[in-house]
Amino acid sequence: MNDARRAATPGGTGLGREWREDLLLLPAVIVAAAVVGIPILRVVQLSLSRVELDGGLKIAWNGLGQFVRLWQDGRWWIALRNTTEFTVLSIVCEMALGVAGALLLHRSFRGRGAARALVVLPWALPTAVMSLGWAWIFNDAFGVMNDLLLRIGVLDHPVAWLGRPDTAMAAMVVADVWKTTPFVTLVVLAGLQGISVEVQEAAALDGLTGGQRLRHIVLPLLRPALLVALVFRIIQAFGAFDVVYVMTGGGPGGSTETVSLYAYKNYFRYLDFAYGSAVAVQSVMLVGLLTAVLMRLARGSGGTR
Amino acid sequence: MKRPARPMPRLARRALFGAAVLALVAWSLGPALWQALTALKPDAQITRTPLVYLPRPVTWEHVVRLWQRKPFGTYLLNSAWVSGWATLLCVTVAALAAARVARLSARSREGLLLGLLVISLFPPILLLFPLYEGARSLGWINHSLALILPYAALNLPLALWVLESAFRQLPPALDEAARMDGLSALQRLVRIHVPVAVPAVATTALLVFIFCWNEFMLAVTFMTRDDKKTVTAGIASVSGASVYEIPWGQLSAAVLIATLPLLLLVLLFQRPIVAGLTRGAVKG
Repeated sequence: MNDARRAATPGGTGLGREWREDLLLLPAVIVAAAVVGIPILRVVQLSLSRVELDGGLKIAWNGLGQFVRLWQDGRWWIALRNTTEFTVLSIVCEMALGVAGALLLHRSFRGRGAARALVVLPWALPTAVMSLGWAWIFNDAFGVMNDLLLRIGVLDHPVAWLGRPDTAMAAMVVADVWKTTPFVTLVVLAGLQGISVEVQEAAALDGLTGGQRLRHIVLPLLRPALLVALVFRIIQAFGAFDVVYVMTGGGPGGSTETVSLYAYKNYFRYLDFAYGSAVAVQSVMLVGLLTAVLMRLARGSGGTR
Repeated sequence: MKRPARPMPRLARRALFGAAVLALVAWSLGPALWQALTALKPDAQITRTPLVYLPRPVTWEHVVRLWQRKPFGTYLLNSAWVSGWATLLCVTVAALAAARVARLSARSREGLLLGLLVISLFPPILLLFPLYEGARSLGWINHSLALILPYAALNLPLALWVLESAFRQLPPALDEAARMDGLSALQRLVRIHVPVAVPAVATTALLVFIFCWNEFMLAVTFMTRDDKKTVTAGIASVSGASVYEIPWGQLSAAVLIATLPLLLLVLLFQRPIVAGLTRGAVKG
């Protein structure tokens, strides 16, 4: 019946009509193929090649040669460790702060709209630009971080934050937590809005305290939102580039170099295109694997609940 | 048996809550505020310890000198130009696709949107070098198209999600009626979908614009000439002759100027931004 109706409409048969409507997808497919599809094929090809600069790029098949090189490259392992450290530290802080912020902003109070706007602000500001601001905050001589910590007595002498490996990493993590916690807050806030008031009220009537309600009712119901935030954040943090490039450049002594920055340096400083491609491809494979495992775990334990 | 915790007095709880909200706001605003304070301080005060927090007197010398030393107006215009066109392209292409995707069967729609999610999660470093190669071979280094096209494509998934979920809210009968009247898919998109979903379209455009404005990796790689740089790429080149004489007053002024447009956008459009972001994120 549906087909008959369609055939009766001007513009041809049902089939032809469907086919023509599919054309709406064409621009998106073309743009995505040009900017994402083809480049991914290209970077995989390069990672499996030996590339020489000779007028243009001379590309020869090299199998897994670049990856074998990578697995024996101490600097890659250090970059991988730095990236993992950065990712884990940032995400633990962001998830905790993000959930706390969302719980605060979920309650209704006067000025909540304004508070939400201000809390979202860091997310909307450019990372590269604000990382410069953070470098100034962590400045050894005139930075406000040292000044505040000296005033309240946490420090007894100024620290050259960006000049020491452990403190440079910590400074980067703080900058990243500042910038991306709003994302977690927003996602969790949306999750909170999905929890019905009845559930909350029933829990309160059952005599559960705020803490118990949070642990046994709210957090389990927030699970999907938390998982979304976690997956997005892991992938973004693992690819961190702007904050490292601007704040430390990977220094001091390579102690904050992330895999993305290492790939970038291979491309544009050492002009080792094949190796840079291998670094990028390997990182994406690792984070993809990590995400898949995480989703599987989350789904598995969710099913037994 | 644990005794149920005695509830705190009401007043104390409210005070605690207020303090927590204040701390959250201060933490969110503080770092940006500190840039503003530094930018408006005379040099002598920037380098005095212990620190002087409020600028006395307020001075515009850093802003003025920054403007003389670097084509900051050009950076801002370039950012606006690139982000504007990328947003227009992205939203147009996404709206076309969303109109079709919204009418797919549930199963193929979910599959498609999931595929988009995967695409959107590839880190830009994976695409950077091939895009650079492509831009070079097309002669697009220092050409705004080298940024506009990738920006539009990289934000396509987000735009498609938000628009698709908005278009799906339209009653199918409306669409069917227009179809019976002989309107083509394109005509229906322009005359029905978009007008009804104006808020969603505006939200999408806003989010995409912000993401484009903030992009750094491609901008700093593709735009090497000062008159072509966007704000994020331009700021990376503000530092002084050596690391040891970084003009912090000017840098803070630069940070302030680059973030001000976004500050205004967020304060003006807080509600749609929050709504759109959460919709985009939670759908995934």
